[in-house]
Amino acid sequence: MDTQLDLWEVFIQSKAGSHHVHAGSVHASDEAMALQNARDIYTRRNEGSSLWVVPAKYITASSSADADMLFDPANDKIYRHPTFYIMPEGAKQI
Amino acid sequence: MTKQEALYKYVLRLGDHALIQGHRLSEWCSKGPILEEDLALTNLALDNIGRAQAFLKYAAELQGLGNTEDDLAYKRGEREFYNSLMSELPTGDFAFTIAKQMLISVFEYFQFTALSHSADETIAGIAAKTLKEVRYHMMHARDWCYRLGKGTEESNRRLQNAINELWMFTGDLFEMNDEDKMLEVLDIAIDLNEIKTQFNTLVQTILRESDIRIPENGYMQTGSKKGIHTEHLGHILSEMQYLQRTYPDAKW
Repeated sequence: MDTQLDLWEVFIQSKAGSHHVHAGSVHASDEAMALQNARDIYTRRNEGSSLWVVPAKYITASSSADADMLFDPANDKIYRHPTFYIMPEGAKQI
Repeated sequence: MTKQEALYKYVLRLGDHALIQGHRLSEWCSKGPILEEDLALTNLALDNIGRAQAFLKYAAELQGLGNTEDDLAYKRGEREFYNSLMSELPTGDFAFTIAKQMLISVFEYFQFTALSHSADETIAGIAAKTLKEVRYHMMHARDWCYRLGKGTEESNRRLQNAINELWMFTGDLFEMNDEDKMLEVLDIAIDLNEIKTQFNTLVQTILRESDIRIPENGYMQTGSKKGIHTEHLGHILSEMQYLQRTYPDAKW
């Protein structure tokens, strides 16, 4: 039996404006504890400016058995990528 | 006592309190109730050690004998330490550590809020930085008081026992000495009586919200500001200073 507290997934925003990126998980019994534990474990060395914690049970994950069905079709169709355009002068990305 | 001597002792006290509190918290390393809390407690320990370093460095400057913060931490005896009695008490169970951390953090929150306006710029600077850390310590300990107090019958009983045992050491936090009075006139030190009222109000609120009874104000242990301690400080120092005492000024 799992005697640990509930599992929460932790997302860190490194600086204002950027995305929150998944950093790992923590165990906690409530929201406040989850945030504090995330702060103590993942932001001790100046990694972040904002934290999200989400109960792991609310995350719906795709099944690894479905990986072929979901992701393979993208592999051999290079025309799905916009790589055939000529980069306009001065544009860093399109 | 000159102003310089009073200031030295006052700063030393702030450093000693953080050093001993940090050492006690570090004793939880690898022994926390869960991995996450183990890291949380040792994080608090590191904040305290950092604060101790800052204050003891300043104390060494004021002392003017060419000592470093390490000399002050590792080469003084028990009677020359001025940390609060509460900080030196053994960690006890988790509820005891949380109760102690809550009482100390609430005290420190008001202490450093006031000290951040000290006329001494170095004290004010360290106090302002410390205040950010202490706000977190206070929130962390307070939330655990709620959980333990409103948790199971056993967790409530353990927290209640801890508060009952710790209560007689709260008086020591507010005792004022000659150096306090001398430096208070110069707006360097703070009036601990004012802090006491704020402390009582907030601690009572936290305890009430945690379903914990507030103990009667009975006999209070005091003496830390005169260098008089419980039997526990000597044991901490013998462990903390072992290397320095056995191999003086060892380098590696």
